[in-house]
Amino acid sequence: MPTIFIDNLPYEVKEGKNLLETCLSLGFDLPYFCWHPAMGSVGACRQCAVKIFKDENDSTGRIMMSCMEAVKEGLRLSIADPTARAFRKQNIEWLMTNHPHDCPVCDEGGSCHLQDMTVMTGHDYRRYTFKKRTHVNQYLGPLLNHEMNRCIQCYRCVRFYREYAGGTDLNVFGAHHHVYFGREKDGVLESPFSGNLAEVCPTGVFTDKTLKQHYTRKWDLTSAPSICQHCSMGCNIIAGERYGKLRCIVNRYNSDVNGYFICDKGRYGYEFVNSVSRIAEPLIRNQPVEAVNETALMRHLEGLVTQFPLVGIGSPRASMESNFALMELVGKENFFQGTNDDQAYLERRMVEMLQQDGLPGVSLKAIENADAVLILGEDIWNTAPMMALAVRQSVMKTAADQAVQQSSLANWHDAAIKELVQDKKGFLANITVADAPLNKLATISAQDCPDNIARLGFAIAQVLHPVLPPVSGIPENDLQKIQLIATALQKAERPVIITGSSSCSETVIKAAYNIVQSLRATGKDAGISFVFPECNSMGLALMNVPSLENALERIRTNSDCTVIVLENDIFRHIVPEKADMFLSRCKHLVVMDSLHNRTTEKAHVLIPSATFAEADGTLVNNEGRAQHYYQVYMPFNPHIKESWKWLDKIKKLKTPSAGRSALHPDECLAELESVLPQFENITGVMPSHQFRINGQSIPREPHRYSGRTAMRAHIAVSEAKPLQDGDSPLTYTMEGYPGIPPESLTPFFWSPGWNSGQAVNKYQQETGGALRNENPGVMLFKHNKDHIGKFITDYPDPFTPIPGKYLLLPQHQLFGSEEMSAYSETLSELIPDMVIALSGNDAKTLGVTDGAMIAIEKNEFSYPLPLKIRNDLKSGIVLVPAGYQAMPYFPWGSWVKLRV
Amino acid sequence: MERPLTKNIHAGRQPLSLKEYVSTGGYSSMQQVLKKFTPHEVQQLVQKSNLKGRGGAGFNTGMKWSFVPMGEDCPRPKYLIANADEMEPGTFKDRLLLEGNPHQLIEGMIIAAYAIQANISYIFLRWAYKKAAAILERSIQEAYEAGWLGQHIMGTGFSLDMHLHTGAGRYMCGEETALLNALEGKRATPRAKPPFPQVSGLFGKPTIVNNVETLCCVPHIIANGAEWFQGLSYSGDAGTKIYGVSGKVNNPGAWELPMGVTMRELIEEHAGGMKKGYRLKGVLPGGASTDFLTEQHMDIKMDFKSVAAAGSRLGTGTMVVMDDATCPVGFLHNLQHFFAQESCGWCTPCREGLPWVEKLLLAIEAGMGKQEDVDMLQMHTQWLQPGNTFCALAPGAMEPLQSALKYFREDFDRHIREKKCPY
Amino acid sequence: MLSAEEIKSIDHEVAKLPQKRAAVIEALKIIQQHRGWVSDESVTAIAEHLNMSPAEVDSVATFYNLIFRKPVGRHVILLCDSISCYVMGYKHIYEALQQKLQIKFGETTADQRFTLLPNACLGCCDHAPALMINNDLHRDIKLETLDDLLSKYT
Ligand SMILES: Cc1cc2nc3c(=O)[nH]c(=O)nc-3n(C[C@H](O)[C@H](O)[C@H](O)COP(=O)(O)O)c2cc1C
Ligand code: SF4
Ligand code: FES
Repeated sequence: MPTIFIDNLPYEVKEGKNLLETCLSLGFDLPYFCWHPAMGSVGACRQCAVKIFKDENDSTGRIMMSCMEAVKEGLRLSIADPTARAFRKQNIEWLMTNHPHDCPVCDEGGSCHLQDMTVMTGHDYRRYTFKKRTHVNQYLGPLLNHEMNRCIQCYRCVRFYREYAGGTDLNVFGAHHHVYFGREKDGVLESPFSGNLAEVCPTGVFTDKTLKQHYTRKWDLTSAPSICQHCSMGCNIIAGERYGKLRCIVNRYNSDVNGYFICDKGRYGYEFVNSVSRIAEPLIRNQPVEAVNETALMRHLEGLVTQFPLVGIGSPRASMESNFALMELVGKENFFQGTNDDQAYLERRMVEMLQQDGLPGVSLKAIENADAVLILGEDIWNTAPMMALAVRQSVMKTAADQAVQQSSLANWHDAAIKELVQDKKGFLANITVADAPLNKLATISAQDCPDNIARLGFAIAQVLHPVLPPVSGIPENDLQKIQLIATALQKAERPVIITGSSSCSETVIKAAYNIVQSLRATGKDAGISFVFPECNSMGLALMNVPSLENALERIRTNSDCTVIVLENDIFRHIVPEKADMFLSRCKHLVVMDSLHNRTTEKAHVLIPSATFAEADGTLVNNEGRAQHYYQVYMPFNPHIKESWKWLDKIKKLKTPSAGRSALHPDECLAELESVLPQFENITGVMPSHQFRINGQSIPREPHRYSGRTAMRAHIAVSEAKPLQDGDSPLTYTMEGYPGIPPESLTPFFWSPGWNSGQAVNKYQQETGGALRNENPGVMLFKHNKDHIGKFITDYPDPFTPIPGKYLLLPQHQLFGSEEMSAYSETLSELIPDMVIALSGNDAKTLGVTDGAMIAIEKNEFSYPLPLKIRNDLKSGIVLVPAGYQAMPYFPWGSWVKLRV
Repeated sequence: MERPLTKNIHAGRQPLSLKEYVSTGGYSSMQQVLKKFTPHEVQQLVQKSNLKGRGGAGFNTGMKWSFVPMGEDCPRPKYLIANADEMEPGTFKDRLLLEGNPHQLIEGMIIAAYAIQANISYIFLRWAYKKAAAILERSIQEAYEAGWLGQHIMGTGFSLDMHLHTGAGRYMCGEETALLNALEGKRATPRAKPPFPQVSGLFGKPTIVNNVETLCCVPHIIANGAEWFQGLSYSGDAGTKIYGVSGKVNNPGAWELPMGVTMRELIEEHAGGMKKGYRLKGVLPGGASTDFLTEQHMDIKMDFKSVAAAGSRLGTGTMVVMDDATCPVGFLHNLQHFFAQESCGWCTPCREGLPWVEKLLLAIEAGMGKQEDVDMLQMHTQWLQPGNTFCALAPGAMEPLQSALKYFREDFDRHIREKKCPY
Repeated sequence: MLSAEEIKSIDHEVAKLPQKRAAVIEALKIIQQHRGWVSDESVTAIAEHLNMSPAEVDSVATFYNLIFRKPVGRHVILLCDSISCYVMGYKHIYEALQQKLQIKFGETTADQRFTLLPNACLGCCDHAPALMINNDLHRDIKLETLDDLLSKYT
């Protein structure tokens, strides 16, 4: 570790870093704009100037940009040097010459990096007396507001949007002091990562348009650490509330998971929480007054749960606590997964591979650092956007690493590296059912039917590990592809294979398994990542309980029972006839959920559940990482409660002797751990609810939280007692522990002088590294390095179309397919049309053209949709958007007929 | 007095065709190099001749070439680029060479390319030089036809392609790294150095960018040797130099003269002295981005070292004379308007600082300036210095300003005092 | 839509470069040569031809001052406003042009005959003031002969 001198004091620092990140990591305040920890240095803004001295005898020194200079043994620099400080102050003054002084009406005010840096440098009085340049703003779609006059030309937006996230429709235009950042003309930004611009931009050019509708300053938000609910990646988020409404979602840094960014589904999906179709009160249907209070509800439920056998239906989007509480209530033998047979089976297989066969599941961070990626059968751009972003980083970083090795450049020297890299890319093979957005990055891409994808995968494994039986009948033109992929994986040091359940095929998953095992057998540190459909699919699958169909069977044999459905619209998991049959047969149907849906409509008793924002809960993400989300605010309506709390109350009706007064989430997890050993250590996701620092709780509100006494003034002048949170160490006030809280309990990033999210650098061990002690979350799988499971040799036969029939497969859409985010009014604008896709050949055989109405039929199931011909599809496949709100569950993965 | 670069250039005459050029001894240096020299020997010879870059910075050319990675496993292809962007206000020397003797440049480029083993070369020509473009296009064609360009030149292992690329405007394109971006079809913003273009240049490959005049010297150095080249000069900096004078002089123009002639000789003899009724007030010795010199400097030698000693830079060697009837504040405003417009918009001090300077000067010129405005100008000259900005454009812009504040301060004060332009 | 001739010229430039997109400035100039200026539609057409996005093409197009993103007159006058021409009185020429053509810098005459633009140093400072009309350089401009000069461009 080299020693450098900062203002004459020695510091041992890490090699290979630039001086700016080094100083920030050491805790110094040094202003910057164009540098970003995830994007490296370009030296444009000139804000990070320091003095650098040749040696200890040099007292003159030179002003240099700290972000462009490497750490070197013995290097001497000064941050406090008067000239350096004066220059930094001057630089801000330049930036501010054209900046509108509109902080009071700017959405960024109070969480603005530019404000922070301006104060930090000491620039206060304006000396520029001339006219400012002004710009016309653009319409950029429903997600982001554009106010170009606030731009300070740090070029971060284009660097993030284009280079980091691969978008092509945002750019810089013009020259000199007229440079303009936007689209070539008004229009919706195309990248599903565009929302990050609100955080990447150091000032208020790009701001969250949904926040604008119910604007609240950062300092007036009540926030809590939370977990994104909209896919299985488990991105860490911060959710903020005011006046009983969820106001915004921002990224919560976790270097193992989402790093500095989240996708637009995660940022904007939250609107469902504020939806008008929230279930607000308990209902007991078919009585004169359906809405009841809690006492009436409990009285009614008492009969239902004590006099009838119970059946519980779990949910892949409900927390561990809630699923487990339901299981505890109904008994393990009466608890069923809320997913259908096929899906449950696939998920089970994936879990087994990680749990028993020792496959090393990897994090998003590890995917970023992979040096070759193979994706089998999963369109991750649409099913796991942040994973797609991670794959993009892998592809770019691999090429950059090669360039760096051949030169003496440091890896943070962004522009210079891009110049060396040119168009070169790291290895990515993307083998999917249909053309996928990630193909633009891929070295090799192909589209085929799941069985053929699997065969390709098995063949790759066979090349890697020749003792495996060969896959016969591989088409000539696939052989080369197989060879190329195998060679690339073999050559790589950290290859990663990605697959998932969305191609509805076990064989694909098995093929991925074989490839990873083959690589491991030859001593490679290969990793795998499985994509699951929902935020807690993994957690539910880990519980290892029978599928929904088994519950159907149970009801068929004995319908005289009380069925409790937990946060689950079962119409999304089984075809309507079956769902209808199931729901109509239940003698008593108790449904708990937060929003009305097809299942809640049928409920005899409806119980309002809290959403993630109003609840404590734990989710297990696709890698088996358990993570806890905390209640952001008490439900606006006292009838709304966390499902697990309701279930605990109901349980007391059944066994009044249980004797516990109230259940807390940590206790709930402790019980889960003791009952289901596969959840060992899950209690580590959160400190005990009694945890305090110096006797103090952790405030959810920043200490400048304003107007608390005024908020209720129209109701009562005396201030209400702050709400109490008995479930966690967090508190609903601004009073409490003033320092940096433990990682898993961080409700917002703030540090003196750092009001914007950039304050995160004060929470990290080093910039871009793990959070101070460690990243929050608990890994439930321990991967056994030495154990290599058995190989699979039952290869599928080549796909052969059945005349007159088509294999029905889901097309997942980033916006539209996931249940809860589809309730976000804003995102609903971005949902692509419903179409049925067929290959050109099949369309010809059927004698139809684009736009023709075609019905998908199977047994009694029939559903018409307009046709879209897609030549990337193999004949014999029909592709339909999955999970759209109004659409029924389709029998995915089965053969269907088409009626023109 | 020898005038190797321009001896075959005659005003009003067509430039030499390839045949004519050969008849004056042209392309013999190139043949000699390809047959008898190793690349290393060419580099050494040029380095020894002490040829310094004529693009403005005055770096030893042979030394610059020696930074290019050589040998079997070096990155390829390598590139040689002739910088014919000539957009520095007050500069018109490369035009003379381009329009007057294109084959001299092409020969110089072939030798330079050979010295660094580049196989692709470009002439980056500014958009406005339409005549030069036509001439170069034709001459490159001739050179291909003669076999001096293309595959296996003269049956040797050396191949070289040459392309003419014309710009689309912007002074920044002359800055060598911005030029590379422009050639790559990008916005002409500069690149960070290091890495230097010699190592990672065009499309990330080793690249040499040389000024037109620099390259034109090369065939003559090969033909006559390093000592001869040094002997051409009156001073420590070798060779001849194309000097120019514009402004209110009797005979504005450009002349090839021994490096180190005095400013007085240039202005009084070659440019014929000031026009009647005008007195010399100041001189920008080497283009718009050099510090003013004044009458007191008339006897300095116009070479890199002497001009620097006098507090300015030789720059391009083409000087702009400011007479006593021209308002220095207006003169400065014109310059700063140019620089502010031509800032690429990449770095803060230049993008935001130069328009501020321009507005201050406009206000002062219009009689609306305040005393603090001069401090503000001073402040900018203090901060817009090399290292503080991303490239040399803004520091270049400060050179005439800082020296004007030194020599013509009274003019600024008078504008402010009298609340009008006294000129 | 690009014409066959435009495509041919663009592809000729593409052939000289290791990457298609590197020819974008050339492509813009070729379009401008044929059409006088570069419209939004042209930007899109170039983008398609070079596998770029329109935003990427426009980002380059708007950087360079001699790519015209607005329609221009039949003849474009580029009047040098840099230092030597300033000293030699380009402002008088500018005033005269304003008067004769009734347009300022950046404007086009009502009859679409001329567009007047300022231009940085044309590199003939020894013959200042200077201007270009289309591809023709005119040096040592005198007020007296300005009419004559303009009359050649109809
Ligand atoms: C803003 C700016 C503009 C420049 N313009 C030119 C130019 O038009 N022609 C030129 O030869 N060099 C120009 N230069 C210098 C080049 O960057 C580079 O130093 C030169 O081409 C190297 O050639 P030489 O070593 O032969 O002098 C410019 C530099 C700057 C900073
Ligand atoms: S000094 Fe900065 S803004 Fe100016 S031209 Fe150079 S890089 Fe561009
Ligand atoms: S952060 Fe270093 S120059 Fe911008």
